[in-house]
Amino acid sequence: MGTAVRSHPLEAADFVANEDRMHWHDRALWFVRAKRDKAAAAVPEWEQLRELASQIKLHLLSRLGEYLEQFERNATRHGAIVHWARDAEEHNRIVLQILQQHGVRKVVKSKSMLTEECHLNPVLEQQGIEVVDTDLGERIVQFRHEPPSHIVLPAIHIKKEEVGALFHERLGTERGATDPAYLTEAARGHLRNKFLNAEAGITGVNFAVAETGGIVVCTNEGNADLGVSLPRLHIACLGIEKLVPRMQDLGVFTRLLARSATGQPITTYTSHFHGPIPGGELHIVLVDNGRSRFRADPVYRSSLKCIRCGACLNTCPVFRRSGGHSYHAVIPGPIGSVLAPLRDPRKYYSLPYACSLCGSCTDVCPAKIPLHGMLLSWRGDLAHQKAIPWTKRISMKLGSWVLRNTWLYTLAGKLARTFMPWMPRWTLYHRLNAWGKHREVPAFPRRSFRELYRQQLKQNDGRQQ
Amino acid sequence: MAANSKQVVLAELQRTLLDPVALPDLAGPWTEYEHPRQQFAEVLAAVGGRAVVVRDLPELNAELAKIDTFRGARRVCSLLSGIERANVTVREMDDPHAGEDVDFFVAPGEFAVAENGAVWLTDEVLKHRVLYFLTQHLVLVVPAREIVSNMHQAYQRIRFDKPGFGLFLSGPSKTADIEQSLVIGAHGARSLTVFLLESSLPARLE
Repeated sequence: MGTAVRSHPLEAADFVANEDRMHWHDRALWFVRAKRDKAAAAVPEWEQLRELASQIKLHLLSRLGEYLEQFERNATRHGAIVHWARDAEEHNRIVLQILQQHGVRKVVKSKSMLTEECHLNPVLEQQGIEVVDTDLGERIVQFRHEPPSHIVLPAIHIKKEEVGALFHERLGTERGATDPAYLTEAARGHLRNKFLNAEAGITGVNFAVAETGGIVVCTNEGNADLGVSLPRLHIACLGIEKLVPRMQDLGVFTRLLARSATGQPITTYTSHFHGPIPGGELHIVLVDNGRSRFRADPVYRSSLKCIRCGACLNTCPVFRRSGGHSYHAVIPGPIGSVLAPLRDPRKYYSLPYACSLCGSCTDVCPAKIPLHGMLLSWRGDLAHQKAIPWTKRISMKLGSWVLRNTWLYTLAGKLARTFMPWMPRWTLYHRLNAWGKHREVPAFPRRSFRELYRQQLKQNDGRQQ
Repeated sequence: MAANSKQVVLAELQRTLLDPVALPDLAGPWTEYEHPRQQFAEVLAAVGGRAVVVRDLPELNAELAKIDTFRGARRVCSLLSGIERANVTVREMDDPHAGEDVDFFVAPGEFAVAENGAVWLTDEVLKHRVLYFLTQHLVLVVPAREIVSNMHQAYQRIRFDKPGFGLFLSGPSKTADIEQSLVIGAHGARSLTVFLLESSLPARLE
C-alpha cells in the first residue's frame, strides 16, 4: 500500500489560488450540468430508465462470471480473440505482445479510462511504439504530458489561449491564435495524418453485450471509428463491469449516457463491433484489476454500476472549484473518490472528505449509485482502518466525545461564549485551524439556544397562569 | 497463461455469491411521437445535421444541387445509383485508404430514430466502412417510413447473428474540447444531410 500523497485540500490550494480561473472552471462545468438537466427533463421516463439501468447492472454483477463466459463464447464465434488480464501489468503485457507480434510501430488510441488506469502509454512508448491519443482533448493533455482532468472532458481545465500557444509550438498554428474552430481544424489535419499512417487502433469500450459478443464504443468526434477502420488491427480494452446481458439493454444505456454526460440526445457515433474488420483482427482484453475484489464488498459494490458519464463530476461543487488534477486519481470527482480508496485507502484517504455531502451526485447518477452515502461511509471506514492522519483521528474522537456528553457540550459552549470574545485573534485564526481560513466565526451570542429556549418556556408558563 | 488468468478471475468472482437480482423487463411503455419525421428533423437540426423530406430521386438530386459544398465537390462516391455528379465507386477502391480524398459520400441508411436524430448504418452495404468517417461530407438516404420513435424500438430491429459493423450516427462529427465551444467537423464528416425518401430507394451500387 502506498503512502499518503498530498491531501486534496493541499492539492486544490494552487487551483483555488487563481480565483478567476476557479470561477471560469466552475461555470464551464455548470453549463454542462445545465444541459444535462434539460436533456433529462425532456425524457418523461427518465427516472424509470435510471431504475432499469441500476437493476440491469445489479443483475449483471450478481452473475458476472456467467456473463463474461457467455460474452467470450459469442465474441469468439464472431472471430474476435478474447484475452483475460488479472491486473494492469498483465493487460499492458498482452497489448504490447499483440502489437509486437504484428510489428506495429504506430498506434492511434481513442479515449479509454481503462488504459489510463493501467498506464498503458508509457509501457508502449518505452518499447519504441508511437501512441497517439486521438480525442482532441486527450491529444491536448498528451502534448502537455498531463493526465486528463475529467473523464469525458479531458482538457476542461485548459484555456483556449493555452491551447493556442501549445498548438503554435507543436502544430505550427499562427502565434496568438485562439479561435477554437481554427485550432480544431489544425488538429484535424494533424490527426488525419496519424489515422492514415496508423498500423493499429486501440479503443476503450462503453458497453459489451454478453448475448451477442459485441462491443459498443461511443464518441462525438468519430476518432475511435477512424482509428479502427483503416488499420487491420483493433485492440479493445475493457473492465469486466462494462458488460450488459442483452442487446435490448443498450436501449436503456444509450438513452442515458450522452444525456447525462453532455446533454446530447445520443453521442454522434455509437458503434457496434461484432468481430474484426474483414481481413483483420479484433482483440478484446477483459481486465479485472481489482474489480472482482470491489464486487465482493457489500458497501461499495454498486460503484461498479458506473457507466463513466461524468455527470457526478459536473455537478459536484468541490470538483467544479478544485479541478480534476487535485484528486491525483485516474478518475476524479465523486465516483473517483469512492473508487480510489478501494485501491489504496492510505494514499487516497482525503478524497471522501472532498465532499460537502450535498447529495447532488447521487441525484444525477444515471445508474443510481448512492455516491454521497458511500463517501460518508468511507469516512467511518477509513477512520477504523486508521488510514487517516492521527491529527484528524484525535480531533474526530474529541469531537465525538463532546457531542455524546450533554454536560460536556453545555460546558464547552459556556466556556467558549465566556472566554473566546476576550482571547487574542491568533488563538482561533492560525495555521493549524483550516476552518479559520477564508472564514470568520460569527460573533458569540451571550446565551445559547438551550438557555433561550428554557427562558421562553418559563415566560410562556407565566403568561398562561 | 491466458487460460490461467481467466480461471483466476472467474474463481475470484465465484468466491462471493451475491443475492439474485432479477433482470428487468424493458417492455415500457416508452415515449412515442405522433410526428416522428418532424421530431427526427428537429433533433437532427439541434445536433448540427439537416433532414430533408424528398418525394423521389429527381427531387433528391435537385436538393443536393442546392448544397454549395456539393456543387464544388471533386470526388463524389455513392452507394446508390442515379446520384448526379457521382464519379467514384467503392468497387474501385482496393484499400480503405483510397477513400482519403472523397468529398461527398452518399449511402443508404436502414432506419432513423426520432428521439435522437440517429440513423442506423452497417457495413453490409459497403466493403470499406471507413468511408462513413473519412469523407468530408456525408449524405444518407433513408426510406421516409422507416422511422422509429425511440432506442428500444431501434434495438428490436437489429440482429447480430453474423459478424459485422453497425452504427447509430447522429449528426456530423463534433467536439467541444476547447473551452466547451462547439466545433462541427472534428475528425469525421463536416456536414450531414439525411434525405427521407418517400419513394422506394434507388438500386445499390457496390
